[in-house]
Amino acid sequence: MTRFSGMAVLKNALNGHKGWREQWPDSEPKKEYDVIIVGAGAHGLGAAYYLAQEHGITDVAVIDKGWLGGGNTGRNTTIIRSNYLYDESARMYDHALDLWEGLSQELNYNVMFSRRGVMMLAHNVHDVQSFQRHVHSNRLNGVDNRWLTPEEAKRFCPPLNISRDARYPVMGAALQMRAGTARHDAVAWGYARAAAARGVDIIQNCPVLAVRRGPDGAVEGVDTGKGFIRAKKVAISAAGHTSVVMQSADVRMPLESYPLQALVSEPVKPCFPCVVMSNAVHAYMSQSDKGELVIGSGTDQYVSYSQRGGLPLIEHTLAAICEVFPIFTRMRMLRKWGGIVDVTPDRSAIVGKTPVKGLYVNCGWGTGGFKATPGAAHTLAHTVARDEPHPINAPFTLERFTTGRLIDEAAAAAVAH
Amino acid sequence: MSTHRIAGKGRFDHGGPVRFTFDGKRYEGRRGDTIASALLAHGVHLMGRSFKYHRPRGPVCAGTEEPNALVETSRGKGRFEPNTRATAQELREGLEVRSQNRIGSLAFDLQAVNDLVHPLFSAGFYYKTFMWPRSFWDRVYEPVIRRAAGLGRAPDAPDPDRYAHRNLHTELLVIGAGPAGLAAALAAARAGAEVTLVDEHAEMGGALLSDPDVVIDGKPAWDWLAAALAELDRLGVRRLTRTTAIGYYHQNFVGLCQKLTDHLDEPPEGAPRERMWHVRAVRVILAQGALEKPLVFDGNDRPGVMLAGAAQTYLNRYGVLVGDTPAIVTSHDSAYHAAFDLADAGAKVAAIVDVRAAPGEGVLVEARRRGIEVLTSHTVTGTNGRLRVKSLRVAPVSGGRVGAARTIACDCVLMCGGWTPSLHLFSHTKGTLKWDEALDAFLPDRSAEECHIAGAGRGLWGYGAALADGAEIGVTAARALGLDAEAAAPVVERDRTGTGETFKELPTDGDAGRKRAFVDFQNDVTAKDIRLAVKEGMRSIEHVKRYTTNGMATDQGKMSNVNGLMIASDAVGKAPPQVGLTTFRPPYTPTTFGAFAGYHRGRHFEVTRRTPIDPWAEAHGAAFEPVSLWRRAWYFPKAGEDMDAAVARECAATRGSVGIFDASTLGKIEVQGPDAVEFMNRMYTNPWTKLGIGRARYGLLLGEDGYIRDDGVIGRLGEDLFHVTTTTGGAARVLNMMEDYIQTEWPDLKVWLTSTTEQWATVALNGPNARRVLEPLVEGQDLSAEAFPHMSVAECTVAGFPARLFRISFTGELGFEINVPARHGLALWEALMKEGERYDICPYGTETMHVLRAEKGFIIVGQDTDGTVTPDDAGLSWAIGKKKADFVGMRSLRRPDLVAEGRKQLVGLMTEDGDVKLDEGAQVVADPEQALPMKMIGHVTSSYYSAALGRHFAMALVEGGRDLEGRDVFVPTPEGIRRATVTTTAFYDPAGERLKV
Ligand SMILES: Cc1cc2nc3c(=O)[nH]c(=O)nc-3n(C[C@H](O)[C@H](O)[C@H](O)COP(=O)(O)OP(=O)(O)OC[C@H]3O[C@@H](n4cnc5c(N)ncnc54)[C@H](O)[C@@H]3O)c2cc1C
Repeated sequence: MTRFSGMAVLKNALNGHKGWREQWPDSEPKKEYDVIIVGAGAHGLGAAYYLAQEHGITDVAVIDKGWLGGGNTGRNTTIIRSNYLYDESARMYDHALDLWEGLSQELNYNVMFSRRGVMMLAHNVHDVQSFQRHVHSNRLNGVDNRWLTPEEAKRFCPPLNISRDARYPVMGAALQMRAGTARHDAVAWGYARAAAARGVDIIQNCPVLAVRRGPDGAVEGVDTGKGFIRAKKVAISAAGHTSVVMQSADVRMPLESYPLQALVSEPVKPCFPCVVMSNAVHAYMSQSDKGELVIGSGTDQYVSYSQRGGLPLIEHTLAAICEVFPIFTRMRMLRKWGGIVDVTPDRSAIVGKTPVKGLYVNCGWGTGGFKATPGAAHTLAHTVARDEPHPINAPFTLERFTTGRLIDEAAAAAVAH
Repeated sequence: MSTHRIAGKGRFDHGGPVRFTFDGKRYEGRRGDTIASALLAHGVHLMGRSFKYHRPRGPVCAGTEEPNALVETSRGKGRFEPNTRATAQELREGLEVRSQNRIGSLAFDLQAVNDLVHPLFSAGFYYKTFMWPRSFWDRVYEPVIRRAAGLGRAPDAPDPDRYAHRNLHTELLVIGAGPAGLAAALAAARAGAEVTLVDEHAEMGGALLSDPDVVIDGKPAWDWLAAALAELDRLGVRRLTRTTAIGYYHQNFVGLCQKLTDHLDEPPEGAPRERMWHVRAVRVILAQGALEKPLVFDGNDRPGVMLAGAAQTYLNRYGVLVGDTPAIVTSHDSAYHAAFDLADAGAKVAAIVDVRAAPGEGVLVEARRRGIEVLTSHTVTGTNGRLRVKSLRVAPVSGGRVGAARTIACDCVLMCGGWTPSLHLFSHTKGTLKWDEALDAFLPDRSAEECHIAGAGRGLWGYGAALADGAEIGVTAARALGLDAEAAAPVVERDRTGTGETFKELPTDGDAGRKRAFVDFQNDVTAKDIRLAVKEGMRSIEHVKRYTTNGMATDQGKMSNVNGLMIASDAVGKAPPQVGLTTFRPPYTPTTFGAFAGYHRGRHFEVTRRTPIDPWAEAHGAAFEPVSLWRRAWYFPKAGEDMDAAVARECAATRGSVGIFDASTLGKIEVQGPDAVEFMNRMYTNPWTKLGIGRARYGLLLGEDGYIRDDGVIGRLGEDLFHVTTTTGGAARVLNMMEDYIQTEWPDLKVWLTSTTEQWATVALNGPNARRVLEPLVEGQDLSAEAFPHMSVAECTVAGFPARLFRISFTGELGFEINVPARHGLALWEALMKEGERYDICPYGTETMHVLRAEKGFIIVGQDTDGTVTPDDAGLSWAIGKKKADFVGMRSLRRPDLVAEGRKQLVGLMTEDGDVKLDEGAQVVADPEQALPMKMIGHVTSSYYSAALGRHFAMALVEGGRDLEGRDVFVPTPEGIRRATVTTTAFYDPAGERLKV
């Protein structure tokens, strides 16, 4: 791996950039691996990296039906925060946040993790109660989160409309200063490059058609577009398509897949310093380093695998943005897109073992799994390597939907990112 | 003085001048000009700066696909906007135009230092550096990068303009009014189809507007055009100009954005600025034409370098000669026609440099006739000129070797790298594309919608072909609509046919690694950036795009995608289709947020729902709170009272005599039908079979997961009729949930649901004097305790209005809820107020309602429950019908974790000091001394001051709470640790004595 640094950039600037090498090879599959990870999103690639880096397991393939990072990893609005209500979630996301803070250095890839602060607006008494509950709980969990008055919120984010006569007046806000955004593609590429450097094969454009199980029920490998590939351990990390892959191993997943849309404006000079989320009006926004306003909406109303998404939802989202930030009506939407998010009944993820020996799963991150990336990847790698969960992902089991031991962030927050 | 306006040319209005300013300098243009054409008429090419290197740039296009000439415009306060395409914005009187993305002046931009050190800023450089020291990214590097990035400045004041929405159903929507679209619309309309034709330009005609010399059906092109438009109007075709189809969605749903006032000197008062059309079309014809491609060579971005077709448009449409000594660089015959038109208008063509060995014979003859030098098999190895191109270096290429170069002086370079069919909208539908080897272009393959593509959009070239194809497709569409139609293709003379080739970057004689041949002008992506990305392992076009930002500029890749693909596929060593085309995403051109928001702004964002009694509350000084879509009276302060004082007074008045409350927002659902009882039994936890007619019961609704979703009192009005009430916020959700079950799980049940939330106004009367106030107004029902006990319902007359009267209580006092048709709600309220005068009746709001119910330990779903609370957790096991076979959520209630020890249960909390109020949401711990993270055992759900108890009290969900009764727990707050004792939730009148009246 060519080491990245300012010096390297300078040296290459002088020699016409002759010194850069492939960041990861486009591998063809071998016949067999110790571990196969299905899905080369940031979660899958990260898990491969941690398997190699922390558990010394390098005979690993990450297989994707498309190009690495082309799923939700490359489509999300990159909000990173950890001020979740329940202990289990707070721990998972805070673990991720700890890893985010050193990720650029660890991977020697600038993932542009930007701690610019995430502010969640309360628009009614119910929001106030719910966010204060978060603030209290976070404080006792050692998670950064504080309560702001409307005036303090406006000072933190000047474009905000805190007029009392707004349709949904701002009654306060919860602010996590340590939270922010990161560059999504760089996360996928950084993990891919670091994993490949440690011997992991990244196999792209190779759909996994089925998980094959042996006579004893245990995993034997996967059937793919490039033939059968053997492995005793297979981890599925396929986001919106997880249930389809798991079905082939006869495991029914408690997942529903919905389109989730996002959009960006044309780029403008810095005008929006932080991330603002408003669950009551279903919109959230930040400004990318390039200058685009990055805006996300709630999920479409209907389950679907089509990445198209409809017009009405975008209209609603932009109406909400114009309501909270009335100065932006003349800004223009540059492009919008959709991803398919995998939603569980309690809106929390599933990371762990499955009833099938050798089969592991990481899914259900729904609308908010980018922020979890290092945490999910790290604990998934641990689970696969040791065949038992890390304490942090232990509560995120598949069985909880039969036992009822849910981690119901949805119930607590209504919408979550 | 416009130095470059050609007399007798152009379609603009030759009347008076239109004045505007650019960077403070005054200019004059003509009506019909764009900002760019007016500036070009004055010989001004420099209009912008690029994103990264801040290189000086002029317009490359004459339409919305322009990447360079982006400017800031304003029209008074709040009407400022960045990134306006100078090539598309029509001139209006007094328009203020300012260049953007520069420090200093446009000619001397200090940030152009970036250009001097450009080798540092190669593709993806920022992923490789700025990592040390660790804390510097968000403190130092990122702020610097952010300030340098971005194009124009963001608006900083609210926008006074309005935006509109309109819905339209049409038989045939034709998108694009060039020759193909016009011919299609004509053919279909003649067959009797109901047609809508849209075009994003101010005028219809498309390419015809730039080619007046073509002859159609014996008429000069523009005469034919005028006749065609007149015929369309006669046939009743709905024609929309300045209207862009921005997105093509499922089932032929197309979004159109129409610009209404930006071109007007004085917009009519109150006129919307833009209108978003929601069109549902039976058939759609896409006739979007093709986009000209730039050529990729060193220095192809200097001001004065533009597309040949654009120069032709500026000349023929706007009467503007973009240069006196143009040099043409091309790989397509079409640029020859541009050269001829410019030459015929008086320009001295420096040379036509053709990358190909064999241009079309016809154009060669024509060039020779005009004495224009044509250099075939030549490449361009560079250009010169800082703020305007001055010369071009060209060299012969043979057998892949570049020969000796020579310099050609010129004042503009007109390039043409062939044409790309415009398939953006088709791609929105997930229609598939296939690569055409002969044309080196993607053409439409399988369509996912009922749509047709006509003309250049499917690779056809020349007016004859486009018109014939349009007519043919128009007929096909009309037949698909069930109409009889016959195609009649117009006869075209002096057609401008031709062919071309597609190239990667042009061959060069120097070190290609040091050449700056731009692919994405705005984002400053060069051919070598793309090759570097491929070298670094970015092998799919998606990766190349994201790594280099090629195609991510505000032209959405219209100028750069195909060139980028040709270069990337060459670098990868695969055919273009194997490297792929990035997905086109809506909108087709950037579209204002305002147009999407439409009417949904300010008070109309989500229209506030008000009850019939709201005007009374407003007139009587109520404070309001938003509750879901409603606004509700929160409390009624008297002079000098704050919320606490008002609420304490309202509580005392209600418990002491009588209070009146507007409960109209409660959700109401009429459940009716022979299977109504069965349905109720299945939905709600409670048993309904034995509930007598005229009786009411508290109903509890669970989700499939066994957790509480909603509650409300339900009255039985007949054998087959229930009046169900829900929480205010839950009304729509509960109705949806019920419908979902009826339609998908129990379609056999004969039961019908009707939402009656807004049909009834509901007034609650509570307090020991409630009956005395109500009784004189009631006819047809004896209100005595015997005849009308607690939990009764009756249909009767109240204050002369037909009413559904409930005797129920959410306060613990004697209570009634009177439902009357909404239109009588206010009159009922006033009648009760009048009747209640004797008893000092006190209107109260939602806050008092909350306190009174909490004193009785009644829950508010969503406040004391959060979606993880079972009936037993909330102390509501009694509401479950023990002998019931099934109800929604029943199975889940038996899950191990739902019957486990230590679940959180709803209890009361009494602070040690009654003056201390616990925060709602505050966490409860058993051991206050522990370190962070603390083990939390619960949280406070409701917390109020109680006038009746003379102290603060709270409810909380606490692990194993009921077993902790009498024990102390702790509530850590930032201000300190509060000690509180766990109690039951029956704080007031636990035996319910006050109801027994
Ligand atoms: C519009 C949008 C906005 C979002 N905003 C945020 C946000 O602000 N903050 C946040 O934290 N989260 C956000 N999310 C969620 C977040 O993007 C995801 O939770 C996260 O990226 C999931 O990462 P992943 O690696 O698991 O999934 P992905 O990146 O989707 O990776 C899954 C991969 O599996 C591959 N795959 C699927 N099926 C197969 C198969 N059969 N064979 C082989 N490969 C297969 C796919 O091609 C894909 O590459 C958003 C999501 C969307 C769509």
